[in-house]
Amino acid sequence: MIIHVRLFAAIRESLGREQVALTLADGATPEDAWRELLRLDTRGQLAARRTNLAAAVNRKYAKFDAPLSEGDEVVFIPPVSGG
Amino acid sequence: MPVKDTVKNVVREAIDVSLLSRAEPEDGARCVFTGVVRNHNDGKAVLYLEYEGYEEMVTAVFEEIAEEAKRRFGVTRVLIVHRLGRMEIGETSVAVAVSSPHRQEAFEACRFAIDSLKRQAPIWKKEFYEDGSSWLEGPGGCAHP
Repeated sequence: MIIHVRLFAAIRESLGREQVALTLADGATPEDAWRELLRLDTRGQLAARRTNLAAAVNRKYAKFDAPLSEGDEVVFIPPVSGG
Repeated sequence: MPVKDTVKNVVREAIDVSLLSRAEPEDGARCVFTGVVRNHNDGKAVLYLEYEGYEEMVTAVFEEIAEEAKRRFGVTRVLIVHRLGRMEIGETSVAVAVSSPHRQEAFEACRFAIDSLKRQAPIWKKEFYEDGSSWLEGPGGCAHP
Protein backbone atom coordinates (compact mmCIF):
# COMPACT_ATOMS: atom_id res chain seq x y z
CA MET A 1 0.00 0.00 0.00
CA ILE A 2 1.03 3.58 -0.52
CA ILE A 3 1.00 6.13 2.28
CA HIS A 4 1.78 9.82 2.06
CA VAL A 5 4.22 11.37 4.49
CA ARG A 6 4.30 15.15 4.80
CA LEU A 7 7.44 16.69 6.24
CA PHE A 8 7.66 19.81 8.37
CA ALA A 9 10.21 22.01 10.10
CA ALA A 10 13.47 20.31 11.14
CA ILE A 11 12.48 16.99 9.51
CA ARG A 12 11.64 18.74 6.23
CA GLU A 13 15.03 20.46 6.29
CA SER A 14 16.91 17.24 7.11
CA LEU A 15 15.37 15.44 4.13
CA GLY A 16 15.27 18.45 1.82
CA ARG A 17 11.69 17.81 0.70
CA GLU A 18 8.11 18.50 1.76
CA GLN A 19 6.54 15.12 1.14
CA VAL A 20 7.29 11.57 0.21
CA ALA A 21 5.14 8.63 -0.83
CA LEU A 22 6.17 5.33 0.76
CA THR A 23 5.23 1.84 -0.38
CA LEU A 24 4.68 -0.32 2.70
CA ALA A 25 3.40 -3.82 3.37
CA ASP A 26 -0.25 -4.21 4.37
CA GLY A 27 -0.59 -3.82 8.12
CA ALA A 28 2.43 -1.50 8.33
CA THR A 29 2.47 1.08 11.11
CA PRO A 30 3.88 4.60 11.58
CA GLU A 31 6.92 2.88 13.12
CA ASP A 32 7.49 1.10 9.80
CA ALA A 33 7.00 4.35 7.91
CA TRP A 34 9.58 6.06 10.13
CA ARG A 35 12.04 3.24 9.45
CA GLU A 36 11.52 3.70 5.71
CA LEU A 37 11.99 7.44 6.05
CA LEU A 38 15.34 6.90 7.77
CA ARG A 39 16.57 5.15 4.62
CA LEU A 40 16.18 8.47 2.79
CA ASP A 41 18.11 10.31 5.48
CA THR A 42 21.52 10.14 3.87
CA ARG A 43 23.01 12.59 6.36
CA GLY A 44 21.89 10.51 9.34
CA GLN A 45 20.26 13.43 11.14
CA LEU A 46 16.90 11.85 11.96
CA ALA A 47 17.49 8.59 13.80
CA ALA A 48 18.16 10.28 17.15
CA ARG A 49 14.77 12.00 16.98
CA ARG A 50 12.72 8.86 17.53
CA THR A 51 12.72 9.09 21.34
CA ASN A 52 11.14 12.52 21.16
CA LEU A 53 8.67 12.11 18.35
CA ALA A 54 4.91 11.94 17.97
CA ALA A 55 3.02 10.67 14.95
CA ALA A 56 -0.19 11.91 13.35
CA VAL A 57 -2.33 9.90 10.96
CA ASN A 58 -4.92 11.79 8.92
CA ARG A 59 -4.51 14.89 11.12
CA LYS A 60 -4.89 13.16 14.47
CA TYR A 61 -2.25 12.06 16.96
CA ALA A 62 -1.78 8.31 16.61
CA LYS A 63 0.23 5.54 18.20
CA PHE A 64 3.34 4.29 16.43
CA ASP A 65 1.99 0.73 16.45
CA ALA A 66 -1.47 1.48 14.99
CA PRO A 67 -1.93 -0.16 11.57
CA LEU A 68 -2.08 2.23 8.60
CA SER A 69 -4.42 2.04 5.61
CA GLU A 70 -3.89 2.71 1.93
CA GLY A 71 -3.71 6.44 1.23
CA ASP A 72 -3.21 7.55 4.86
CA GLU A 73 -1.46 10.85 5.47
CA VAL A 74 1.28 10.47 8.07
CA VAL A 75 3.20 13.29 9.74
CA PHE A 76 6.04 12.89 12.25
CA ILE A 77 5.95 15.59 14.87
CA PRO A 78 9.03 16.71 16.82
CA PRO A 79 8.33 18.54 20.11
CA VAL A 80 6.13 21.48 19.17
CA SER A 81 6.96 25.13 19.86
CA GLY A 82 3.97 27.20 18.79
CA GLY A 83 2.50 30.02 20.81
CA MET B 1 -25.17 29.79 24.67
CA PRO B 2 -21.92 28.60 23.01
CA VAL B 3 -21.19 30.32 19.71
CA LYS B 4 -19.64 28.78 16.61
CA ASP B 5 -17.09 30.99 14.90
CA THR B 6 -16.01 31.60 11.34
CA VAL B 7 -12.73 33.46 11.95
CA LYS B 8 -9.76 31.66 10.39
CA ASN B 9 -7.54 29.77 12.83
CA VAL B 10 -4.34 30.04 10.84
CA VAL B 11 -3.27 33.22 9.08
CA ARG B 12 -0.16 34.47 7.30
CA GLU B 13 -0.80 38.18 7.71
CA ALA B 14 -0.93 40.32 10.88
CA ILE B 15 -3.52 39.14 13.42
CA ASP B 16 -6.26 41.74 13.83
CA VAL B 17 -7.15 41.43 17.50
CA SER B 18 -10.15 43.73 17.09
CA LEU B 19 -11.83 41.01 15.01
CA LEU B 20 -11.57 38.62 17.94
CA SER B 21 -13.07 40.78 20.62
CA ARG B 22 -16.75 40.53 19.83
CA ALA B 23 -18.93 39.41 22.74
CA GLU B 24 -22.53 38.22 22.90
CA PRO B 25 -25.17 40.31 24.68
CA GLU B 26 -25.21 37.95 27.67
CA ASP B 27 -21.44 38.23 28.13
CA GLY B 28 -19.97 40.44 30.81
CA ALA B 29 -16.31 39.47 30.38
CA ARG B 30 -13.86 39.17 27.57
CA CYS B 31 -10.34 37.88 28.07
CA VAL B 32 -7.80 38.21 25.24
CA PHE B 33 -4.30 36.75 25.41
CA THR B 34 -1.76 37.61 22.75
CA GLY B 35 1.67 36.04 22.35
CA VAL B 36 4.30 38.43 21.02
CA VAL B 37 7.66 37.90 19.30
CA ARG B 38 10.43 38.60 21.83
CA ASN B 39 13.90 39.92 21.03
CA HIS B 40 15.77 37.39 23.14
CA ASN B 41 15.66 33.74 24.14
CA ASP B 42 17.95 31.64 26.27
CA GLY B 43 20.54 34.42 26.48
CA LYS B 44 20.69 35.07 22.75
CA ALA B 45 19.50 38.10 20.81
CA VAL B 46 16.72 37.10 18.40
CA LEU B 47 16.40 39.10 15.16
CA TYR B 48 13.14 37.60 13.90
CA LEU B 49 11.17 34.33 13.85
CA GLU B 50 9.59 32.00 11.39
CA TYR B 51 6.70 29.73 12.35
CA GLU B 52 5.79 26.66 10.35
CA GLY B 53 2.71 24.51 10.95
CA TYR B 54 0.79 21.49 9.72
CA GLU B 55 -2.13 23.76 8.95
CA GLU B 56 -4.97 21.29 8.48
CA MET B 57 -4.17 19.59 11.77
CA VAL B 58 -3.61 22.89 13.59
CA THR B 59 -7.14 23.91 12.64
CA ALA B 60 -8.53 20.61 13.92
CA VAL B 61 -6.56 20.84 17.18
CA PHE B 62 -7.69 24.44 17.78
CA GLU B 63 -11.32 23.47 17.24
CA GLU B 64 -10.98 20.62 19.74
CA ILE B 65 -9.34 22.90 22.31
CA ALA B 66 -12.05 25.54 21.86
CA GLU B 67 -14.83 22.97 22.28
CA GLU B 68 -13.15 21.48 25.35
CA ALA B 69 -12.71 24.95 26.90
CA LYS B 70 -16.40 25.74 26.36
CA ARG B 71 -17.42 22.41 27.87
CA ARG B 72 -15.10 22.65 30.88
CA PHE B 73 -15.58 26.28 31.82
CA GLY B 74 -19.01 27.05 30.39
CA VAL B 75 -17.77 30.06 28.43
CA THR B 76 -19.65 31.44 25.44
CA ARG B 77 -16.94 31.88 22.88
CA VAL B 78 -13.35 30.70 22.39
CA LEU B 79 -11.32 31.85 19.41
CA ILE B 80 -7.76 30.82 18.69
CA VAL B 81 -5.69 32.28 15.88
CA HIS B 82 -2.03 31.54 15.10
CA ARG B 83 0.06 33.32 12.51
CA LEU B 84 2.61 31.41 10.42
CA GLY B 85 5.56 32.66 8.39
CA ARG B 86 8.13 35.33 9.22
CA MET B 87 7.44 37.67 12.13
CA GLU B 88 9.36 40.63 13.45
CA ILE B 89 10.02 41.54 17.09
CA GLY B 90 6.85 42.87 18.72
CA GLU B 91 4.42 41.28 16.28
CA THR B 92 1.60 39.06 17.50
CA SER B 93 2.13 35.36 16.78
CA VAL B 94 -0.93 33.98 18.53
CA ALA B 95 -4.19 35.24 20.01
CA VAL B 96 -6.79 33.58 22.22
CA ALA B 97 -10.07 35.37 22.88
CA VAL B 98 -12.69 34.12 25.32
CA SER B 99 -15.97 35.71 26.26
CA SER B 100 -18.33 34.60 28.97
CA PRO B 101 -20.96 35.98 31.35
CA HIS B 102 -18.38 36.38 34.18
CA ARG B 103 -14.64 37.01 34.35
CA GLN B 104 -13.46 34.05 36.42
CA GLU B 105 -14.26 31.41 33.80
CA ALA B 106 -13.03 33.69 31.00
CA PHE B 107 -9.55 33.89 32.63
CA GLU B 108 -9.46 30.14 33.27
CA ALA B 109 -10.60 29.16 29.79
CA CYS B 110 -8.12 31.56 28.18
CA ARG B 111 -5.22 30.07 30.11
CA PHE B 112 -6.40 26.53 29.39
CA ALA B 113 -6.54 27.28 25.67
CA ILE B 114 -3.09 28.85 25.34
CA ASP B 115 -1.46 26.16 27.52
CA SER B 116 -3.17 23.39 25.52
CA LEU B 117 -2.15 24.78 22.16
CA LYS B 118 1.47 25.11 23.24
CA ARG B 119 1.47 21.39 24.09
CA GLN B 120 -0.63 20.04 21.22
CA ALA B 121 -0.63 22.21 18.10
CA PRO B 122 1.79 20.97 15.39
CA ILE B 123 3.57 24.31 15.00
CA TRP B 124 7.32 24.91 15.13
CA LYS B 125 9.27 28.09 15.70
CA LYS B 126 12.62 28.90 14.13
CA GLU B 127 14.71 31.65 15.68
CA PHE B 128 17.14 33.71 13.64
CA TYR B 129 20.25 35.21 15.27
CA GLU B 130 23.22 37.26 14.08
CA ASP B 131 25.18 34.04 13.64
CA GLY B 132 22.61 31.50 12.44
CA SER B 133 19.24 29.99 13.27
CA SER B 134 17.68 27.11 15.13
CA TRP B 135 14.39 25.26 15.45
CA LEU B 136 13.03 25.45 18.94
CA GLU B 137 11.62 22.25 20.34
CA GLY B 138 9.21 22.41 23.23
CA PRO B 139 10.29 21.15 26.66
CA GLY B 140 7.34 18.80 26.91
CA GLY B 141 8.86 15.95 24.91
CA CYS B 142 6.40 14.31 22.56
CA ALA B 143 3.48 16.40 21.46
CA HIS B 144 0.93 13.79 22.51
CA PRO B 145 -1.89 15.57 24.30
